[in-house]
Amino acid sequence: MVVFDKPKSLADIPFHYCPGCTHGIVHRLVAEAIDELGIEGRTIGIAPVGCSVMAYDYFNCDMIEAAHGRAPAVATGVKRADPENNIVFTYQGDGDLASIGMAETVHSAARNENITIIFINNAIYGMTGGQMAPTSLPGQITQTSPYGRDVKHCGYPVKVCEMLAQLEGPEYLERVAVNSVPHIRAAKKAIKKAFENQINGKGFSLIEVISSCPTNWGMTPEKALKWIDDAMIPYYPLGVYKDRSAQKGE
Amino acid sequence: MAEKVLMKGNEAIAEAAIIAGCRHYFGYPITPQTEIAAYMAKRMPKIGGTFLQAESELAAISMVYGASAAGKRVMTSSSSPGISLKSEGISYIAGSDLPAVIVNAQRGGPGLGGIQPSQSDYFQATRGGGHGDYHMIVLTPDSVQEMAELTVKAFDLADKYRMPVMILADGTIGQMMEPVSFDFEVKAAPQKPWATTGTQMKRSHNVVNSLYLKPDELERTNFERFEKYETIKKNEALYEEYMMDDAEIVVAAFGIAARVSKNAVVAARKEGIKVGLIRPVTVWPFPDEPFAKAAKTAKQFISVELSMGQMIEDVKLATGCKVPVTLCNRVGGMIPSPAEVLDAIRNAAKGGKN
Repeated sequence: MVVFDKPKSLADIPFHYCPGCTHGIVHRLVAEAIDELGIEGRTIGIAPVGCSVMAYDYFNCDMIEAAHGRAPAVATGVKRADPENNIVFTYQGDGDLASIGMAETVHSAARNENITIIFINNAIYGMTGGQMAPTSLPGQITQTSPYGRDVKHCGYPVKVCEMLAQLEGPEYLERVAVNSVPHIRAAKKAIKKAFENQINGKGFSLIEVISSCPTNWGMTPEKALKWIDDAMIPYYPLGVYKDRSAQKGE
Repeated sequence: MAEKVLMKGNEAIAEAAIIAGCRHYFGYPITPQTEIAAYMAKRMPKIGGTFLQAESELAAISMVYGASAAGKRVMTSSSSPGISLKSEGISYIAGSDLPAVIVNAQRGGPGLGGIQPSQSDYFQATRGGGHGDYHMIVLTPDSVQEMAELTVKAFDLADKYRMPVMILADGTIGQMMEPVSFDFEVKAAPQKPWATTGTQMKRSHNVVNSLYLKPDELERTNFERFEKYETIKKNEALYEEYMMDDAEIVVAAFGIAARVSKNAVVAARKEGIKVGLIRPVTVWPFPDEPFAKAAKTAKQFISVELSMGQMIEDVKLATGCKVPVTLCNRVGGMIPSPAEVLDAIRNAAKGGKN
């Protein structure tokens, strides 16, 4: 009896991610949603620049690798190429989405572009070795904030869901986490809804996933998951920030 | 004779793109190419196409990248400072072997420069422009008719070689009105089995990508791409020769500079000066052949440019520096008059090197 299997839309090759990194969990949740909705054959994923740059190797659907921060613009091009058939998602980190790609993020949301964005917020630039991210917490020690993030010097973290919720455009914004089983279950539900919204033509959905980076946080995987509860979630409260259809009672 | 309509050069590009089967246009406003976007904004919704004004040139070229990856004939247009921004995406398009058509209605630079015509993006266009080893095919129309014809050709070449093709125009050709006929043959786009159109669960996944972390793999993709470039150099160089039969002085000029230079060549011929013109229509690949041939008999070449002397380097390379090559130029949005070019020809006829 098979009690545990890999999602079909996830390739059967080992991830390159560090031990304790939560990218693997989020990849799996995205793949499960794609499988359950039966959309693998018409899904095109956009990989970012960052730790998940090689996500194009891990998903069995068609994949495109985008320039740093431009994934929502690339997704726009793919979606507009065949809006009826193409299901398009981007998978982006915090440096990609909230720093260099902020314009692409905000304007794809403002256009209510009918795409799904999976936003990994782990408060650090992972791939380049742990620099301060736009979402690094005040006081957080990183390679480029070695004395702790000083908000007087480099300002405050960007709260993406709160900020985008001010726009008329987006359909659905939710922040989730993947540091515990209940959080993972909620994350799965949100990610699936973000794809369903696209299938139903409702428009822009962004799921912010509070994730861990034990390697660059300098923590054990276990301690990193606890730090999400103790430091990240208090600063980045989980929940639905916008759900237009629910607000309208649709 | 086919029916002709009076049109601006920029509008002719837009209409020709539609005739060529382009149904996706992404752009960002900048002078002096606005008419292209305006034309597309009007026409695309009427023919089931997509016009989208992006939030920046960075986004516009990335939308082009996405639509091209998804198998569509797609175009963007801009002018010099905007092309600098698009260079990021153009490098990715080249590195991912995607077809795309990019129009540059050049204006004076550097920096914000001006909004008047220029040819000072020649280096940027012919040497790649963005990071890494790559080329675009670069077409340089000198009339509104050619704006249309070369646009259709640009889409064919882009699909044929899976690479970015640039129409290197300028503010003058873009803005001027001339009669134009759209009665030309259009080839359908080829099948694109590499495109990310969704697997439909019938094939393994397609990946559009320019990342190769293993150096031997990245080297191989560069070698393969440059083999393709050699084929293009052999087969796709285009040029026009004008009064070259017995020419001792050869004027080299493209685009609007060639239009001006033709008048000067005619005037000089009336004075008995044996002068001709070679007009490169592709500046990458550069048409070496007519220059190498002319260098065997000519006494001097004059490169007429709206830049501080960029194409002159290719003229020197093509002629093997066997014959002196001088520069006749105006910049910053100024255009040399036929009289200025005529003076340069007269000077050359007297043996002057400047």
